[in-house]
Amino acid sequence: MKVGLFVPCYVDQFYPGAAIATLELLEKLGVDVQYPSRQTCCGQPMANSGFEHLTSGCNELFIENFSAFDYIVCPSGSCVLHIKHHLQSNKNEIKAAAIRNKVYELVEFLTDVLKITNLKGSFPHKVGIHQSCHGQRGLHLSQMTELVAPSFSKPRYLLDMIAGLEIMPLDRPDECCGFGGTFCVAEEAVSVKMGKDRVADHIRNGVEYITAADLSCLMHMEGILRRQGSPLKVIHIAEILNGGCAV
Amino acid sequence: MSSRNKILTAVAENQPSAAPLSEFDFLDAECIYLSETFINVLTGIGGIVIPVESMEEIQNYILQNFGRGSRTVTNIPALENVAELMRRTSISPHALSDVGYAIIDTRLAVAENGAVWVTEKSLSDRVLPFICQHLAVVLNAGDIVPNMHAAYEIINADDYGYGTFIAGPSKTADIEQSLVLGAHGPKSMTVFLMM
Amino acid sequence: MKTTDKDHAALAHEFNKDAPRVDWHDETLWWVRQKRDNAVKKIPDWEELREAGSQIKNNVLANLSGYLQQFEANAQANGVHVHWAIDAKEHNEIVLELLRSNGIKKIVKSKSMLTEECNLNEYLNLNGVDVIDSDLGEFIVQLANEHPSHIVLPCIHKKKEEIGELFHQHLGTPAGNADPVFLTETARRHLRESFLTRKAALTGVNFAVAETGEFVVCTNEGNADMGAHLADIHIASMGIEKIIPKRKHLGVFLRLLARSATGQPVTTYSSHFKTPRPGASTHIVIVDNGRSKQLGREDFRNSLKCIRCGACMNTCPVYRRSGGHSYNNAIAGPIGSILAPNLDMKKHADLPFASTLCGSCTNVCPVKIDIHDQLYKWRQVIVKSGHAPLAKKASMGAMTRVLSSPVSYKVAGKLGRLVMKWAPFAVNNQFNLWCKQRELPLAPENSFGEWYRKNRNNKPKDI
Repeated sequence: MKVGLFVPCYVDQFYPGAAIATLELLEKLGVDVQYPSRQTCCGQPMANSGFEHLTSGCNELFIENFSAFDYIVCPSGSCVLHIKHHLQSNKNEIKAAAIRNKVYELVEFLTDVLKITNLKGSFPHKVGIHQSCHGQRGLHLSQMTELVAPSFSKPRYLLDMIAGLEIMPLDRPDECCGFGGTFCVAEEAVSVKMGKDRVADHIRNGVEYITAADLSCLMHMEGILRRQGSPLKVIHIAEILNGGCAV
Repeated sequence: MSSRNKILTAVAENQPSAAPLSEFDFLDAECIYLSETFINVLTGIGGIVIPVESMEEIQNYILQNFGRGSRTVTNIPALENVAELMRRTSISPHALSDVGYAIIDTRLAVAENGAVWVTEKSLSDRVLPFICQHLAVVLNAGDIVPNMHAAYEIINADDYGYGTFIAGPSKTADIEQSLVLGAHGPKSMTVFLMM
Repeated sequence: MKTTDKDHAALAHEFNKDAPRVDWHDETLWWVRQKRDNAVKKIPDWEELREAGSQIKNNVLANLSGYLQQFEANAQANGVHVHWAIDAKEHNEIVLELLRSNGIKKIVKSKSMLTEECNLNEYLNLNGVDVIDSDLGEFIVQLANEHPSHIVLPCIHKKKEEIGELFHQHLGTPAGNADPVFLTETARRHLRESFLTRKAALTGVNFAVAETGEFVVCTNEGNADMGAHLADIHIASMGIEKIIPKRKHLGVFLRLLARSATGQPVTTYSSHFKTPRPGASTHIVIVDNGRSKQLGREDFRNSLKCIRCGACMNTCPVYRRSGGHSYNNAIAGPIGSILAPNLDMKKHADLPFASTLCGSCTNVCPVKIDIHDQLYKWRQVIVKSGHAPLAKKASMGAMTRVLSSPVSYKVAGKLGRLVMKWAPFAVNNQFNLWCKQRELPLAPENSFGEWYRKNRNNKPKDI
């Protein structure tokens, strides 16, 4: 099984640690993973802003970089959802369709493809799970509170394997953090209010680390926390699963 | 072309291709304790339920509890010794504006939402259950069905010019979500549940 | 009534100046969402019920022309008059003409969002007809000379002290009295007089049954019935999409509606109007006003399945923190944002962008409208129609060029991180909207790509 590592543009530039953790974790689990170096971006920022018609360059580049792999794994739910729903090509539609079927966010790759049942590692802290919307409602990484349906959580399933980790319940388990792509600046007032309310929920419930499968959410919440001078930290789930990075 | 035809033409041109009307079946809802469920739901939404075993009990309750000095009317002949019997539609529904208590009967109620169904057949006037200050309904426990699907099976077996589901007293929460019983319709609703 | 040139972002910015008030508004609506959750969890086959509602409405849209004709024929056979209005203007003219021909100058209304959409009140007032809104929430916003901010909870944006003050000014209640029970009782007495004296009542229509020609009006207050059963003429306004095929389908929709809207198992009154009251007349006005056009939009026609429950507004984290008036449309929130661009794409170009596409709305919608997918699609349509602001077009063009080229991307990324490290004031300033209330992420020394080249490329793999 050959896995291509897809690292979102802003993770590549601002949070390489999460990508490194993703890579190392997959390697530890015996996966043959490579990082195509000519990748850039999935095109989501443009598409979500109404400029989907400008994303063919990104689409073709993505197809070029990733067609050869059996699976494509990415530490970002929103980017994966975008590729799954919106990757298309006039020239290479067969390849595009194949990619749409084999692209996975990291957590679901671990639970659904590798089907891991245990992980070594410890993270003796109080953790709050932020359910990023695209991962949850789009990729069904966990059950949403809107539906009358059995509850489940793939991130939680994995985090429960980590020694010492205590998951803290939240008042609103799956409310959006307010990042929303260009929304974060186009509607700055509401975006920040949503982010402030999210972090306040974690603070109220004694959380020490907010974790999520999407760094866009974490970047937005971290920005608010650091401006507030809060000791509450954010950490991508890959870094916890990769052996609980030193704090 | 008339507006009617313009609209219908535009709709016909724009409507999507067929989407079949599949049958669904929610009729086998599990609800063994129909009376109990009905009582719990109705009391939960502000209604009052008085279990009774005879018309006499109802008459006594009315005499003891329904305000003296206020006009008490009914559509139920068996209650004509305790309330003014409305045999036919009023000349003007406005003449009912001074009704304090109205007692009507129903042949159908729904356990899942505490509603009773009344049509013109139980009402001398359509406005009666709304214009009174307090409403009372006589219901046989055997006439309670589990849910709305079951209710419409019964409703469809008959016809009406006007019918309504009534679930509890009138209410509003429009002021800061504070629930207030008694908006424009009756301030209270009492169901005499004939066991 | 205020109209505004400001877009949602600007209005939301103003709304957010009072953070404690935003918290109050947000928490109140979130509580309504929670009441909805508690109610639907009691229905084990709730998701099947939603599916049934969705499929019935799909069938309605696919056969709407036939159902409308069937409804009209049956309504007429019941003795009800049926009128058709192409647009808001014609609707208002029909209503006025009905009143004039009966010599009526005062009417009592119960809740109808369609009449809000048509601006009926203003039109009637200009033409010498007095309108009183009998739904308490609508009565309150009418006193305040405002539009409702929510389709089910019209004055959810108002605190009880403000309502008390309105009643003091307009109805002479004691100053400072903000007790909901007292205020409701005051409205009850005041409006009872209107019900008893006004000769015309106008209601909305929740559901119109093609099979029988009857229509259903749902209220908690009983105001629609008080008006209709006492008036000489009952006028019911409905959009063409309010049709349902059969009476038994009411079983599905009446189970879905109130639970989704307020968390009640059913509204207090669900009144089925089939024949006119003897001695009185009933008139239905069937309105298009852009609906047939929306029906023709393949990506957006599902918005016409809406049963106006408001659940999408209650769950929307953006609506809760910006308020209905930020949407500048009769219907606000997620459903408003996919209906409004069809009515006026230029005026409402901002609305599909007033969202993070979180998807909560789609999953509370009782008839499974794919709201957040439609918001995404409207964004593409709006930009292609030329309604994107120029600055955005320019920046998107630039972003595309950088992100389509691996070399440009790496260079830009490196440059960006260098700037952030050595000249943070260049980006971390009041002109950069990210930085108003947030810190920028710390710029790492190396990107992942650079790290990978140093640590993995050309290294033998460990087995």
